[in-house]
Amino acid sequence: MTALKKFFAGGTPWIWINAGAVAISIMMTVGLLLLLAYNGLGHFWPKDLMLAQYSQPVESGDPLVREIIGERVGNEEVTAERIISSGIPVTGDRLMYERELVKIGNRDLNGNDFTWLLTDYLDNIRFPENLAAFERWEWGNFYGYVREVREAGNAVAVSDPANLDDTAAWDALTERVARAVALHDEIAELEKGAIGEVNYALERLRLQQRGLELRNTDTPEALAAIQTEREDWDSRYAVLQEQLQELYGQIERDTVVMIAMNGQETEIEVSEIVRAYQPNGMHIGNKLVVYAQKLWEFLSDDPREANTEGGIFPAIFGTVVMVLLMSVLVTPFGVIAAVYLREYARQGIITRIIRIAVNNLAGVPSIVYGVFGLGFFIYFVGAEVDQAFYQEALPAPTFGTPGMLWAALTLALLTVPVVIVSTEEGLSRIPRSLREGSLALGATKFETLWRVVLPMASPAIMTGMILAVARAAGEVAPLMLVGVVKLAPALPVDGNYPYFHLDQKFMHLGFHIYDVGFQSPNVEAARPLVFATALLLVMITAVLNQVAVSIRNRLREKYKSLDM
Amino acid sequence: MTESNTEYAPANRSKFKKIDMSKLGGSDHGQSVDSLPSCLQVSNLNLYYGAAHSLTDVNLSIPSQRVTAFIGPSGCGKSSLLRCFNRMNDLVENCSIKGSITLDGEDIYHRSVDVADLRRRVGMVFQKPNPFPKSIYENVAYGLRIQGVNKKRVLDESVEKSLKAAALWEEVKDRLHESALGLSGGQQQRLVIARTVAVEPEVLLLDEPASALDPISTLKIEELINELKDRYTIIIVTHNMQQAARVSDFTAFMYMGKLIEFDTADNIFTNPAQKQTEDYITGRYG
Repeated sequence: MTALKKFFAGGTPWIWINAGAVAISIMMTVGLLLLLAYNGLGHFWPKDLMLAQYSQPVESGDPLVREIIGERVGNEEVTAERIISSGIPVTGDRLMYERELVKIGNRDLNGNDFTWLLTDYLDNIRFPENLAAFERWEWGNFYGYVREVREAGNAVAVSDPANLDDTAAWDALTERVARAVALHDEIAELEKGAIGEVNYALERLRLQQRGLELRNTDTPEALAAIQTEREDWDSRYAVLQEQLQELYGQIERDTVVMIAMNGQETEIEVSEIVRAYQPNGMHIGNKLVVYAQKLWEFLSDDPREANTEGGIFPAIFGTVVMVLLMSVLVTPFGVIAAVYLREYARQGIITRIIRIAVNNLAGVPSIVYGVFGLGFFIYFVGAEVDQAFYQEALPAPTFGTPGMLWAALTLALLTVPVVIVSTEEGLSRIPRSLREGSLALGATKFETLWRVVLPMASPAIMTGMILAVARAAGEVAPLMLVGVVKLAPALPVDGNYPYFHLDQKFMHLGFHIYDVGFQSPNVEAARPLVFATALLLVMITAVLNQVAVSIRNRLREKYKSLDM
Repeated sequence: MTESNTEYAPANRSKFKKIDMSKLGGSDHGQSVDSLPSCLQVSNLNLYYGAAHSLTDVNLSIPSQRVTAFIGPSGCGKSSLLRCFNRMNDLVENCSIKGSITLDGEDIYHRSVDVADLRRRVGMVFQKPNPFPKSIYENVAYGLRIQGVNKKRVLDESVEKSLKAAALWEEVKDRLHESALGLSGGQQQRLVIARTVAVEPEVLLLDEPASALDPISTLKIEELINELKDRYTIIIVTHNMQQAARVSDFTAFMYMGKLIEFDTADNIFTNPAQKQTEDYITGRYG
C-alpha cells in the first residue's frame, strides 16, 4: 500500500502518461504521413504489365476464358456470398475468396479502366517485355502490343508481337511520340499565349466600346479607332489561326496500330499519346526516370480527364496565392485592431466584451463565414463594385461573383481573431520600462509604438500569422461558396495586364481532394491522387508554416527581450 | 524648507563630518539654495494615486546646473516627485496632481504644454538599464530620429559626442552597430545616459541609476554625474546616502510624502536641522 502510494507520489505515472501522450501524437502524425506517402507516391511508379488467362466460371458449360492485360493494383478478401450474388457461381466451399483489382485501361474499348478478378481463376501469368503502356490525353491508359506504325496512312514499321526481339515498330513509335509531344506543347503554348492574348485584347476592346456607349461618348472617331484596333487584332488572329492549323495538320500525321487484349486490333493517333513505355523491359534506372517524369507532371501540369489524370499545378498555385493574399490582408488588419484594443482603448467592461467576442469568432464554423462571404462580399460589395467600376461588363459580373479576392477576404475574416489574440499577447509582454525609456526621450505614444513596441511584438505577430496560415491553408468549406472551382486551368497571375486577376475563380488543393475523392466519375483511378494531393497539401502547409516560423525565429533573435 | 534651515550652515563643520566632502562633487559648500538661479520650481505640490495621498504640500526650488539628490526611506515619494518633473506620472491611471511645477518659469502642467517636448527637455534615466533592442548607434540616435533628424553626418556626430559625454565611447567605438543588449549592465546604464544626453535636455532625472549595478560601475556612473553637472541640472533619487553625499550639491530628505528638509549636502549630512533627518542619516530608521 505504501509502496503504491509512494509510486504515485513520486510522479512516475504522471511521467508515463505524458510520455505516452507525446508518443501517441507522434505515431499518429507519422502514421498519417506514411499512409499518404505510401498510397500517394506509389501511384507514379511504372508498374509491370501482366498478361494472364482468366477463366471465369459460368452457370453451366465451360468457363469463359479471356486474356487479361493490365496493372495489378491491389487485392482484398471477399465473402463467397458476395461473389455469388454478383453473378459468379463459385463453388461456395470456402468462406472467403481473394480477388484482385486490375487496371486494364483501354477505356475506349472496354468501357471501364478497372476490373476485379478472382485470384483462383487467374493463371498463366507472364510479363512479356514488349507489352506497351500509353498514357493518353483522353480515355486514360492504353495497354497492348505495338503492331504497326503508320505515317499519313502508310506503314513505316511493322513488328510481330510474338517476337520479342523485333523492336522496329516500338523504336519508330518512341521517336514519333516525342515529336508529337513537342508539337502538342507548341500548340498549347500558342493557344494559351498568343491566342489567349488576342482574345484578352478583343474582350478589352469590346468592354471599351461598351463603356463608351454607356457614357454616351461613342463618337464615330472613337468607335473607328476601336474598330481599326480590332481589325488589327483580327488579322493577327488569322495568322495565328493558320499557324495553329498547320501544327494540327502535322501532329495528326502518325498513327499506331495496337493489339489490345484478346487480340483486338485498334488504331490510335500518336498525337493522343502523352507518354509511352514498356515497363516489363525497363530496369530500375529507367523506371526511376519515368517515375520522376510522372511526379513532375503531377506537380507542374494541368489536370486532365476530370482531374483523375495529369497534374494539379493550378491547385497548388491557387492555394499558395490565396494563402499569401490572405496573410497580406489579415496581418495589418489584425495588428491594428490589437493595437487599439491593447494600447489605446480604455480597459474596462467593453474591451473585455470585445475580447470575448473576438475569441468566440474563432469558434464559429467556417461554413458560416463562407455564407457571410457570399452574401456580403460577393452579392453586396462585389455587386456594388461592378456597378461602380465594371459597368461595361454587365450583366456578366466581374467582382459580383465568387473569386480569389473574396475567398482571401473571407479567410482573412475567419483568421483575424488568432492574429488579434496573439498580437495582443505580444504587446502585453513588452516591458514597461522600454516604453517609458522611449517616452522619456520625447517620443509620442505613437512613435513609441511604431519604433519600439511593434518591432518587439513582431515575433508574436508572426505567431498569429502562422496560426492563421495553418488554418487558412486547410480550410475548404467556405471556399466552395466564395471562389474555388473544380477546374480553372487559367492561373490568377499571368502575363496579361493587370497581371493579377483577383476576380478569377481558382483551384484549391483542399477542394481538389474532395472533388477527386468523392465527386469523380472514376473512383479507382482517382484514389491514389487523393492521397498524393493530401500529402502535397500537408507539405505546402508545412512549408508555408516553416517559412513563417523561420522569419519569426530571426525576429525573436533580433528583438530578444531584456530580462526585466 | 525654511529659511532657518539654511542660515546656520557652518562651513567649518566639514572637518568633522562622516563623509569627507572635499574630495567629492559638492562645489557649493555653504552656499544657500536660494542664492542660486532656480531651474525647477515646485509649489504646493500634492499627488494622489486614486485615494492614496502620495505627496503632500511639497515646495522646492531646484537650482540650475547643480546636482540635487532626493533621499528618504522606501515609499517616501521621492520617485513619485521625480516622475512629476517629466510628467511620467501621466502614464499612471488615476494619478492626479494639484499645485504647480515650473520649468524656467513655465508651468509644465499647463494644458498648452507638449508633453513630448517637455520630456525631451527633461531627460530621465531609470533604475534598471533599459536599452532598446537595437544597435548601440541606434539607441543613441533614437531621440534625434524621433525629432526627424536623419542626416547621417549629424547623427554620427551626435552619437560620438553623446557616447563621449557618457564616458562610453572608448569602450564601444568599434562595435557601434552591434546590439546594445550585449553590453554589461554598467555599460548599458551609461548608454542610456548617452541616449538621454543626445537629445540635449536641460534637466537630467536619474531614478536610482546605480542601484542595479556593481560597485565599479556605480563609481563610473558617479564620476559621470560629476562631469555632467557642468552642463545639466541633475536630480538624482538614491537609496544610498553615501552616494547622495558624494555626488550631490543639494539634498532633499523626504519622509511619508513630505519634504522634511532641503539644504546643501554639507548641511544635511553634517548638520541637519530636523531631528527626522538626523535620525535617518544616522541610520535610526529607513
